[in-house]
Amino acid sequence: MSLRIVVCVKYVPDATGDRQFTEDLTVNRDDVDGLLSELDEYAVEQALQIADEADDAEITVLTVGPEDAKDALRKALSMGADKAIHVEDDDLHGTDVMGTSLVLAKAIEKAGYDLVITGMASTDGTMGVLPAILAERLGVPQVTLLSEVKVEDGVVTGRRDGDSASEQLEASLPALVSVTDQSGEARYPSFKGIMAAKKKPVQSWDLEELEIESDEVGLEGSWTAVDSATQRPARTAGTIVKDEGEGGKALAGFLAEQKFI
Amino acid sequence: MAEVLVYVDHVDGAVRKPTLELLTLARRIGEPVALALGAGAEATAAVLAEHGAVKVLTADAPEFSDYLVVPKVDALQAAYDAVSPAAVLVPSSAEGKEIAARLAVRIGSGIITDAIDLEAGDEGPVATQAAFAASFTTKSRVSKGTPVITVKPNSAPVEAAPAAGTVEALAVTFGALATGTKVTSRTPRESTGRPELTEAAIVVSGGRGVNGAENFHIIEALADSLGAAVGASRAAVDAGWYPHSNQVGQTGKSVSPQLYIASGISGAIQHRAGMQTSKTIVAINKDAEAPIFDLVDYGVVGDLFAVVPQLTDEIKARKG
Ligand SMILES: Cc1cc2nc3c(=O)[nH]c(=O)nc-3n(C[C@H](O)[C@H](O)[C@H](O)COP(=O)(O)OP(=O)(O)OC[C@H]3O[C@@H](n4cnc5c(N)ncnc54)[C@H](O)[C@@H]3O)c2cc1C
Ligand SMILES: Nc1ncnc2c1ncn2[C@@H]1O[C@H](COP(=O)(O)O)[C@@H](O)[C@H]1O
Repeated sequence: MSLRIVVCVKYVPDATGDRQFTEDLTVNRDDVDGLLSELDEYAVEQALQIADEADDAEITVLTVGPEDAKDALRKALSMGADKAIHVEDDDLHGTDVMGTSLVLAKAIEKAGYDLVITGMASTDGTMGVLPAILAERLGVPQVTLLSEVKVEDGVVTGRRDGDSASEQLEASLPALVSVTDQSGEARYPSFKGIMAAKKKPVQSWDLEELEIESDEVGLEGSWTAVDSATQRPARTAGTIVKDEGEGGKALAGFLAEQKFI
Repeated sequence: MAEVLVYVDHVDGAVRKPTLELLTLARRIGEPVALALGAGAEATAAVLAEHGAVKVLTADAPEFSDYLVVPKVDALQAAYDAVSPAAVLVPSSAEGKEIAARLAVRIGSGIITDAIDLEAGDEGPVATQAAFAASFTTKSRVSKGTPVITVKPNSAPVEAAPAAGTVEALAVTFGALATGTKVTSRTPRESTGRPELTEAAIVVSGGRGVNGAENFHIIEALADSLGAAVGASRAAVDAGWYPHSNQVGQTGKSVSPQLYIASGISGAIQHRAGMQTSKTIVAINKDAEAPIFDLVDYGVVGDLFAVVPQLTDEIKARKG
């Protein structure tokens, strides 16, 4: 039987752009170019490698996001994923991680899956908790923060490098995996891949199709509230000296003045 | 007074510093009740009591080390049910965030991650967070359920505040999912004898400019002269010069020390994301245009191979 892989990918504002909040204190997604979160490219890459090893596998990429989020799906399709699902609904604006995980869980269940793969964190929200929440909602083992992953005979194994130890993990499918940026460079889409992606199916689902009420998501359905967002004052210009043989000593002088020595 | 549940991070009974910082923050909201799990759980009680824990709930079972995350969530939920706290505070480690998140969805509560400060508010605790590579500071609160908040290291001072710290065994029943992900082997990280990166008061980091694993001893020598932890940029880690566990930045550790010294690091946005909230920032870079210099309190434009050893020698000389 075919191995059904669903990869969750997020469309995020470019981190090298001038990222801002909007008036309602949500992430401004209009004034900065968006892209497929770089950390989710690693998830797509591992899905492709796992699919290569399997006899028969199908990769679906899934995103919850605004119209432009299709760009993220296209990129993943051009890397080699087979098909895409875009959950899009005006009521989703301002949804927090609890709402997003609810939508993703319903969409994943509707799509059907054996393995869900996510990135380690999104590059805009950087919470890194969605994978754990998703595993909880789906009721499947969480095999997260892997820097190495393998699927064989219905079992997923992987290495998780934690703060105090490196652990070898094992779980039976269906399961949820998240991969880190140590899992291996993501491939670049080939010209052929980009052309092929144009013909791959992209389905659009809205909340009604997923049987989610509009008050379960969006700013209103959010379980957290942001009261203020202020730009950090630019750091005051420091002293910059050019080393002409005494730079190390000058720096030691500064550190002594600041009582670090 | 309302009780605040604090999840304890400890290694065989030795409580890690971020947990003591959590107790300081918990006392701003209510009376801290601590939860310590696994081997050595009871041994944490004395230190926790010294820092304000009125009660220390403990549980030990092989499940905590044999399976990933979920058994700890089951225990935290049991503690939550027993205490009915006004808030749940968890250290913002990778595992801490996962435990907190799963508890939050189970109890139908909102979650705030990576708080850098916490205060009591009219509508519940208000958390300060850094956003967009710390270029913004936000204030948020949980608007549904019991606030579940994870807090970054170095977010509050450790304060003595003696309390009873009564030890109570917590009964935990494991759910069906607890044994879903088996830990088949564990290789502890070797200790370097240096302070923990995220907890250190001083961090000394090296980047691509260090130009080889064989040169990192220059960075380590500077770190040792200051009693500091060693960090590295992703470029240095990807090149295999230094372990990933020492990476500072978006996909590595986020640090907020009193002093951060960057050598041969350009200051890319993803690196800044992990160090921008440091109190004092110092950089050594041979390129005067490197973006890291926009952040520094003191910068030396020069060759790190000349500047860093001279700095180390001078520090040693001054310390005598
Ligand atoms: C999704 C994502 C996540 C990322 N996460 C992280 C992260 O967690 N941490 C991180 O650090 N990066 C991260 N990066 C990478 C980041 O964008 C940069 O590529 C990286 O930080 C560069 O490292 P560097 O400053 O050491 O190297 P470079 O940018 O190459 O800079 C090296 C610097 O060393 C200086 N130099 C060279 N020789 C000397 C010398 N002899 N003396 C003095 N100075 C010298 C040069 O002038 C230069 O400024 C991430 C990127 C992405 C896309
Ligand atoms: N809106 C979204 N659509 C699809 N996947 C998402 C979305 N948000 C988060 N994810 C996935 O969850 C991971 C962790 O996200 P986060 O917890 O938000 O940092 C990401 O790397 C994605 O794989």
